[in-house]
Amino acid sequence: MTRTRKPGVSRRSTLALMGAGAVTFAAPWVARAQAKTIKIGMPTILSGRVAQLGTSSRNAVMLEVEKVNAAGGLAGRQIEMVIRDSKGQPQEAARIARELVNTDGCEMLLDGEASSGSFAVHEVARDLGVLCIHTCSEASSLTADPKQHIPNAFRCVRQGIHDSIVGAGYAAGIAKTKGLKKWATCSPDYAYGRDTTGEFVLYLKKFAPDVEIISESWPKLFQPDYTEVVTKILQAKPQALYSCLWGGDLTSYIDQANIYALFTQMEVFAVNMADYTALTVVKNLPKGIHSGDRYIKTFPATPENAAWGDAYKAKYNEYPTNWSWQNATAVMFLNEAVKKANSTDGKKVAEVLTGLTIKCPFGADGTVTMRADDRTLVGYAIGWGTTIPQEPYVPDVKAGDWKTIFELEAEWKKSKGYT
Amino acid sequence: MLLFLVAVGLTLIFGVLKVVNFSHGAFYMFGAYFAMTAYQLTGSFALAMLSGAAGTAILGLIFERVFMSRVYGRDVLMQLLVCYAFVLIFDDVVRMIWGPEFKSMGMPAAFQVPPLFIAGGVVPPYYLLLIGVALAAAVILGLGLARSRIGKVIRAAAHNPGMVSALGINTGLIYGGVFALGGMLAGLAGALAAPVRSLTPGMGFSVLIESFIVTVIGGMGSILGALIGALLIGLIRSFGSLGFPLFTEGLMYLFMVIVLVSRPTGLFGKEVA
Repeated sequence: MTRTRKPGVSRRSTLALMGAGAVTFAAPWVARAQAKTIKIGMPTILSGRVAQLGTSSRNAVMLEVEKVNAAGGLAGRQIEMVIRDSKGQPQEAARIARELVNTDGCEMLLDGEASSGSFAVHEVARDLGVLCIHTCSEASSLTADPKQHIPNAFRCVRQGIHDSIVGAGYAAGIAKTKGLKKWATCSPDYAYGRDTTGEFVLYLKKFAPDVEIISESWPKLFQPDYTEVVTKILQAKPQALYSCLWGGDLTSYIDQANIYALFTQMEVFAVNMADYTALTVVKNLPKGIHSGDRYIKTFPATPENAAWGDAYKAKYNEYPTNWSWQNATAVMFLNEAVKKANSTDGKKVAEVLTGLTIKCPFGADGTVTMRADDRTLVGYAIGWGTTIPQEPYVPDVKAGDWKTIFELEAEWKKSKGYT
Repeated sequence: MLLFLVAVGLTLIFGVLKVVNFSHGAFYMFGAYFAMTAYQLTGSFALAMLSGAAGTAILGLIFERVFMSRVYGRDVLMQLLVCYAFVLIFDDVVRMIWGPEFKSMGMPAAFQVPPLFIAGGVVPPYYLLLIGVALAAAVILGLGLARSRIGKVIRAAAHNPGMVSALGINTGLIYGGVFALGGMLAGLAGALAAPVRSLTPGMGFSVLIESFIVTVIGGMGSILGALIGALLIGLIRSFGSLGFPLFTEGLMYLFMVIVLVSRPTGLFGKEVA
């Protein structure tokens, strides 16, 4: 028996399918060309343990977007934010980022993911070529590693390496004055905790060579009980303690270490203490914990910064977080770049963004810069100080020196083989 | 000691009701939140503890009568599903009422005193209170179950509920009471933990895992087993963090494996007939 037609899909239906496919895929592009509003997609963490940070990112973005829209939008187009919850899962963040661009028609991405997710979103940006600004990931390698460099992705976030240099410089100064030679560390047992502590210790020993680490503790992330960690540190009798515990873990640790009177027996350096989320939650905050600035409305001590912090509080009834100022800055950058480019075209905006300096309430000198060679944020206010239990919480922040940061960062990049 | 309170509630519920209460951690969480709220409203530590315990007891009773009582004797998977569903529901309820961010109750002024130095060790006074409460709970439970009439009825109900029911005793009430008691113990542990731990939705889960380890080591259904198991886990963690800082968690599970291999019913567990 002869067949008149081979089994499978006929040419006609193939053509029909292709036609339908073309229409489906082209639809968002056609719609986009005609759209008056500009959609900006944002995957971030809105549920789970760090939901508060994601929420504060969304709040800050909305605060700034409202201002931009009220002033006429981006090159005359009103911004419409499309914000989705990634639940802190990298694969979900990547999926959402792709969907935001391909299905929702977003023309730009603000990546409000923690480090784990931001690398995934970065790959999506590489693949789709869409303009993407990372707004939360502090992992230095995201922009320091040349393998990650793509012309359409930027990072508008503070960085682990900057914090370590400034923190270690500040701590070494105190170590020298007070003769603190025996140090202990206590940080969460995952990439961020280990890397940040390692970098801090590296520079601390560089600035104060006679410092010695006599005890290390690595509690699990989200560990409820720190008794064995606290007693171990007390047994080791160090003169100073460094910790990069954060959020609820840090407040738990403080509450538990407090009843062992740990804070009266050593100087404590906790880089993540000076964030309102932690400062306002701890009921018996010991005096004199040294901390890096995360976001504090009194540093930089300018009316612009204070006004921004107050405006946020007035709108959301709580203080902003470290993630808030970074996200707000990203919107400020976009607004300025679009004005300069006089276009919302991703490529043109990216060109202008590279090396752009803008006025910003969070700048060390009132401005921040998107450094051209690695498309990352520099010049932001960075410093360390000691905490007190009531507002302004960190009355005197010693600012870090960007010249030193640049020098040591360049050395660090060389040692890592990045340059 | 907090671990003991959570674990003993778990073991009690399992011993009498033969249900592995996966939602037990949620009662610990509610206990902590109830205590924090009461402390903020009244400023009284005693009232905070009381509301943590009483609140969770009532919650336990309602939960048992309305939901758990329907799955007794059913497939273990069914019981597990119901419990797990409530873990998620309770977490979301806490999130809706108290918000997703972490909270802290703060140490009452009475306990903000320097720690005591006993035999070379540092002991915060608050932890002495915890030890005292936990030991009191152990003694009351142990004696109560062994000596009192209600204790006897509970034990009888655990062995042969049909017979107990035939004797004119309301087994539903007994079951509800035991579940409420178990929930109350977890709630009390949560309330006692509130001053030293941060409060978040989902905080019960890590405690639940550890208290399961404790009950498995001590033997499901044994109060003494829960006490010894909790102490052993505490010691393993402390010595582990000094000797094997990178393997503390592993040591805990390794110990559980050794116990299970050598005594499958746990240290103080009885063979199930």
